[in-house]
Amino acid sequence: MVASFRVGPIAPLRAAATTYVELVRNCPLAVLFVFFFFGLPKVMGVYPAYTTAVIVLALYTGTYVTETIRSGINSVAGGQAEAARSLGLTFPQLLAYVVLPQALRTVVAPLGNLFIALTKNSSIAFTISVGELTGTAQRVGNATNNYHAAFLAAAIGYLLLTIPSGLLFGAIERRVAVKR
Amino acid sequence: MAETPVVVLEKVNKWFDDLHVLCDIDLSVDSGEVVVVVGPSGSGKSTLCRCINRLEPIDSGTILVDGAPLPAEGKELARLRAKVGMVFQSFNLFAHKTVLQNVTLGPVKALGQPRAVARERAMELLDRVGIAEKADRYPAELSGGQQQRAAIARALAMGPKVMLFDEPTSALDPEMIKEVLDVMVELAEEGTTMIVVSHEMGFARSAAQRVVFMDGGRIVEVAPPERFFSEPESERARDFLSKILAH
Repeated sequence: MVASFRVGPIAPLRAAATTYVELVRNCPLAVLFVFFFFGLPKVMGVYPAYTTAVIVLALYTGTYVTETIRSGINSVAGGQAEAARSLGLTFPQLLAYVVLPQALRTVVAPLGNLFIALTKNSSIAFTISVGELTGTAQRVGNATNNYHAAFLAAAIGYLLLTIPSGLLFGAIERRVAVKR
Repeated sequence: MAETPVVVLEKVNKWFDDLHVLCDIDLSVDSGEVVVVVGPSGSGKSTLCRCINRLEPIDSGTILVDGAPLPAEGKELARLRAKVGMVFQSFNLFAHKTVLQNVTLGPVKALGQPRAVARERAMELLDRVGIAEKADRYPAELSGGQQQRAAIARALAMGPKVMLFDEPTSALDPEMIKEVLDVMVELAEEGTTMIVVSHEMGFARSAAQRVVFMDGGRIVEVAPPERFFSEPESERARDFLSKILAH
């Protein structure tokens, strides 16, 4: 949706979307975690660390998803949009029925990348003491003094999540491929 | 009292930066009329065509379609575009939709027709342009000529007041040109209002009521085809015709 604003005809929405993307994607994730964890309670009351982590990861990954989808939109030949406009479709209809279905097909692979990156980026939530995989491995390592085994287990844990994700996106890509 | 012309252009001007692509264009097209626009590359004829449904905005002048001035971008314009059929040089069929879905999309989404009605009408049109058996194929599985005929059916499905053709055969080989022109001649004979930008002089000669010759962004000459091809008034048109008819 934010990607639609970025390419849309409404200037304030375009500006807002651009501001969001540029602010959030240009900050390191660890900084965002700390900023939201310690800063947000001052304005919006206290959230549990886990909720904060989910919000921050969503905002952060959202910027990359936005830009990926935008590049997909730009990859759809201009003639497709012109044909849709000349049929009398409005801008939202043109996006929904003609441009986005084609754009999303071309960005399945990069979206798969982002999904995997999201999984791995969750490890940074351990800066705000969320009990995710990397943080847990750290604690197990501390307790048992066997860091090798603990982090090997963590690595396998990540692979168990990310490799199937990769396979899933590969399957989706084959499924929706456009005949050209 | 005469009928309102379907398309009227008055003192239309358009610039691309410093380039004056349309200079004081005046043109009026009546219902049922077939007008073929010819001229050298860069003479502004495609731009003229694209301005009529406002794919390109104009800088000054007025364009009336069906008696009403072209509105600004938005819902009003979308409604008006629904009355103007457009056929492109590069077909521009929706790549992710079947031929049938290409033809029904506009009627269902822009006109709000029930799906079954749109489907039935689409099949009639596809039959008329001779590709009914390709209805469930994707554009990439069709030849260029078949794709362009599907694109014509898609435009006709909207029940347009006027059909614009922007060099519809320039991307096709000779055999396919013929199958597309046959469909266009048939439409012309049935009284469809058409504005055709084309290099097909044979089509202009047989189907047009008027030939508009453009050069350098201006309309240089407007004449019935028999007069335009046998005794063009302007030096520029004579020169153009001698070049293209030399072979």
